[in-house]
Amino acid sequence: MSQFLQQLINGLSLGSIYALMAVGYSLVYSILNFSNFAHGSVIMLGAYFGFYAMTLLPLPFMAALVVAAIGCGIVAVIVERIAYRPLRRRNAPGLYFIIAAMGGSIFLENLVIATIGPTFKTYPQIFASTAFKIGDVSINKLDLIMFVIAAVSLLLLVFILEKTKIGLAIRASSYSSKGATLMGVNVDKVVFVIFLLGGVLAGLAGMMFGMRFTVYPTIGIITNKSFIAAVFGGLGSLPGAVIGSVLLGMIETFAAGYVASNWRDFIAFALLIIVLVIKPSGLMGKITEDKA
Amino acid sequence: MFEWYYLSGILILCGINLMVVMGLSLLTGFTGLFSFGHAGFMAIGAYVSGALATMLHVPFIPAILCGGLAAMLVSFFIGALTLNLKGDYFCIATLGFGEAMRLIFNNVQFLGGARGMTGIPMKSSIEVVYVFVVIGVIFMWFLIKSRHGRNMIAIREEELASQAIGINVFKYKMESLAISALYAGIGGALWAFYLGYINPAIFMLTKSTELTIMVIIGGLGSITGSIVGTFFLTFIPEIFREFAQWRMVIYGAAVIFVMAVRPQGLLGGIEFSPTGIIRWFKTMPERRAAKAARQAAKAKAETAQGGES
Repeated sequence: MSQFLQQLINGLSLGSIYALMAVGYSLVYSILNFSNFAHGSVIMLGAYFGFYAMTLLPLPFMAALVVAAIGCGIVAVIVERIAYRPLRRRNAPGLYFIIAAMGGSIFLENLVIATIGPTFKTYPQIFASTAFKIGDVSINKLDLIMFVIAAVSLLLLVFILEKTKIGLAIRASSYSSKGATLMGVNVDKVVFVIFLLGGVLAGLAGMMFGMRFTVYPTIGIITNKSFIAAVFGGLGSLPGAVIGSVLLGMIETFAAGYVASNWRDFIAFALLIIVLVIKPSGLMGKITEDKA
Repeated sequence: MFEWYYLSGILILCGINLMVVMGLSLLTGFTGLFSFGHAGFMAIGAYVSGALATMLHVPFIPAILCGGLAAMLVSFFIGALTLNLKGDYFCIATLGFGEAMRLIFNNVQFLGGARGMTGIPMKSSIEVVYVFVVIGVIFMWFLIKSRHGRNMIAIREEELASQAIGINVFKYKMESLAISALYAGIGGALWAFYLGYINPAIFMLTKSTELTIMVIIGGLGSITGSIVGTFFLTFIPEIFREFAQWRMVIYGAAVIFVMAVRPQGLLGGIEFSPTGIIRWFKTMPERRAAKAARQAAKAKAETAQGGES
């Protein structure tokens, strides 16, 4: 029983980080209807921003987190300006966006390898690994902080989407960007805000992911799993992304704990296919119908 | 500029990439289904042929064909599961398939696990590779021009409408996927016999992405486009090899640039064929004359306008 609870807690903290990343995929999908594969590279940059903010500048943890978030927000917006805006102007089909996104991801990843190098970097350990103990279950301090930060920032995101004017514009555009434009919504501004929000969350997630594990240029391959989580919950749906992430985090930790840790990733990908076969638009996804 | 040994190495790599890209071009460019999992089919071809050659001592050519057929068999299974998915979700499912394949090979110790499989005879010479490529191009050319190819193009253009006029959409999608998996499997097998050593890491998602990018940069719906795209994108990193990692930065930037400037790719929808080239030269005087006439007419209109105002 205590092992079960332990895995549950580990799964929750991993899932909360996945949720921060997956929300970025879902936000972009809900407006522009394509999977932004450059998001993984932005997350990777977040891990580097945080790392250098903490080691070179030496900033305290919270300040470094802010630096990573702002840095990633700016990078995400720049990627949108350079790679996606020309395509949006021409109403290009979604696939061209995916290819441009992959080009962007190759560009950013290799830029980091060329300038910083492919070596692994480890964050300085600032949180003592001594854990809280509740009965037999131990909670890592970093895990707890990760969970709290993820929860707070997701709540903030919900607040922005539900209670502000720009949030209303985002929700309107996700139903119909043409209709929203007719009602006077500036879609360029909406796209700017969603990339900024996605980037900020990616920065937070990237830095905490880097602290939990290590930092290296191809970290984006692992963060692709958050994309699976987004598909899992249904692309374009924010609650779906969060639920999918938490589920994926749980499944992964349980698979590692009870089956075998080297089959963990395989189980994640196999599950992706199974979910798509049974429910082709994810758990809570937008239903895309054929345009006759 | 290049030593022959080095150049032939690149040409072999071009041929192998071309084999896979042609198959992907059928699926993506002609049937309109995007796959990010073709590295998975390559891995099946490579591992099956490699295992046959090292463990059962099957000769070179049969081993390669078996590799291709194995990939095709798996594609029937994958196709039955995923071909009904729409748009992005199909491409995500193939992405999942490709990664799942790699992780299976990563964990099956019988096939070498993460360490990979060694001791595959290095028999993929430039002659063998290009014999496969030429056969592949000719077969693909006739397939595209046949009823099957036309049905696939119809599905790409308008799935619902082609269903309405009685094309069995699922069957042709499956046919396209199976043939493209066969090409990918053969390509993967040739690669295994060229390297002599394979490990799961060379069949990562980045390989699938690279292949799709070659198809797109070459131009959708064009076999010659795929050939040009493959040679272009295989040579570019080799030419810039002295810049080490920066060449991949350039590569990424080039992909974004092409998407922004010419999203239909270098030769989207245009084919080069011997008859086409002859026709182009034959009609050249006519086109010249037509152009001259157009210009004359325009000049005349301009002077007329100038006279009025």
